[in-house]
Amino acid sequence: MRVSTWLVWGAVAFFLVNLFGLVLAVVVNSFSVEWFGTWWPNGLTTSWYVTAWRELDLLEVLVVTVQVALAVVVLSVLIGVPTAYALARRTFPGKRLVTVLFLLPILLPPMTYGIPLATVLYKFDLAGGIAGVIIANLVPSVPFVVLTMTPFIEQIDPKIEAAARMCGARTSAVFTRVLAPLLVPGILAASILVLVRTVGMFELTFLTAGPGSQTLVVSLYEAMFSAGIRAQQAVDAMAVIYTGSMLVLLVVALRFVNPTQLVTRLKEPA
Amino acid sequence: MAERGVDRVLWLLVPGVVFVVALFAYPVLYGLQLSFQPEEGGGVLANYERFFADPYLRDTIWITLRLAVPAALINVLASIPIAYRMRGRFRGKRLLTTILVVPITLGTVLTAEGLINYLGPVGWFNKILMGIGLTDEPVRLVHNYWGVLFSLIITGFPFAFLLILSYLSGIDPTLEQAAATLGADRRRRFRYITLPLLAPGLAITFCLTFVLAFSVFPSAYLVGLPQGETRVISIAAYESAFRDTDYPLGSAIAMIMAVVMLVVVGLVLLWRSTLYRGATGGKG
Repeated sequence: MRVSTWLVWGAVAFFLVNLFGLVLAVVVNSFSVEWFGTWWPNGLTTSWYVTAWRELDLLEVLVVTVQVALAVVVLSVLIGVPTAYALARRTFPGKRLVTVLFLLPILLPPMTYGIPLATVLYKFDLAGGIAGVIIANLVPSVPFVVLTMTPFIEQIDPKIEAAARMCGARTSAVFTRVLAPLLVPGILAASILVLVRTVGMFELTFLTAGPGSQTLVVSLYEAMFSAGIRAQQAVDAMAVIYTGSMLVLLVVALRFVNPTQLVTRLKEPA
Repeated sequence: MAERGVDRVLWLLVPGVVFVVALFAYPVLYGLQLSFQPEEGGGVLANYERFFADPYLRDTIWITLRLAVPAALINVLASIPIAYRMRGRFRGKRLLTTILVVPITLGTVLTAEGLINYLGPVGWFNKILMGIGLTDEPVRLVHNYWGVLFSLIITGFPFAFLLILSYLSGIDPTLEQAAATLGADRRRRFRYITLPLLAPGLAITFCLTFVLAFSVFPSAYLVGLPQGETRVISIAAYESAFRDTDYPLGSAIAMIMAVVMLVVVGLVLLWRSTLYRGATGGKG
């Protein structure tokens, strides 16, 4: 092989080895009795997980995370899919404007629109509770569902719907008996992606959550931020639980979708 | 109206459009208008004058650019050679892509925790450096500029890599084969065929990774020096709005943040418009 190829794969290996070391360091520390200054901790224990579970109210945090994530998935599908259908099937004046409006919340980093959004939510007394967290997380999720579902619906032949109507199906029957089954794979993929993004979303949740409505990432951040008070191992145990749940979600997600879809909506190159 | 495509199906648009207008467009415009109503009185532009007069606030632009531009450049430039070698099919491609995607899901908070454990003064990385005699004292790699830069690379690289990989796969490989039959070597095929076709994709990828890096927030607190060399602009905006509850100043900083990003993105896209624009020959 050529020298440059070796250099490139060497750099990739270096990156991956360090990444692995980084994750492993957190995992090992979460199981260690005491670890300071040595290569390996002097003794392993699982007691920090018990500590994290009790002291950091992990059960409550996990319940909140699941509630927020599920609510965001269901609501963004309910709002996003009809919009995607209209965008896929019709051209109308102002369609470009509508598309740009749905593109912006995905392209802009959450921090830019998050601060004005949180200000508005506080003004209407919506922030500080689970409702506010759900609303804030819907802002990038609804457009995400719209933009992933539009090309998916475009590739469903409109003649199928026309045929159903020819056979005498009412609009409601066309939707529930013909379209819905065809849409299921696309909705499933979009839901999984929204789920991964919502569980991992830090900024918007951080800006709108109050005590009792923090998701796992945010309470992990809070635990780290007040690191002096708690044993670092307990914080690491929490971080491992977070990574573990994210990895499970990721493995599930990758069974249904292509990795590139996690970051964009680029069409799959043939 | 009907022949222009306006019919009852468009009612389906209503929930989505109302949602995005009420919760995205309205807050942004509200923030913009709020930024012109300074809490402490003064003219319409008082918040903006205050930002540019106070070095503690003004310097956050420079501090953030100093992190975001190198991070975006490293992520894009490192992705090109790797993605270039990962076109086509080979065993383990899916596995390697998956491994490279994992850091996206780790998220900034876990990455920060890992960086502190792994790169800290008693972490494995410094132990190895001292073990092989590269340095006598532990190198300071976290709680400063470097910690935040590493965090931006770990979370931003997979993103840039996946984008560039999909742009590269969209370039028709027969174009390069044609150049090869005409006697172009590897280097010239890349320089004169692939790179010009890839350049627009590189510009977009740079913009997206830059925008992500420019809005860095949790890692600047956790692995940086939030009151010193990594006091980035989102920290200034957050602290003004929610610690000092000066929403107008916070909104003004958020608007300045958006303007700086737009300027950089605009410059990159301007440069892009001077490049070849046409079919890449692929189906992507």
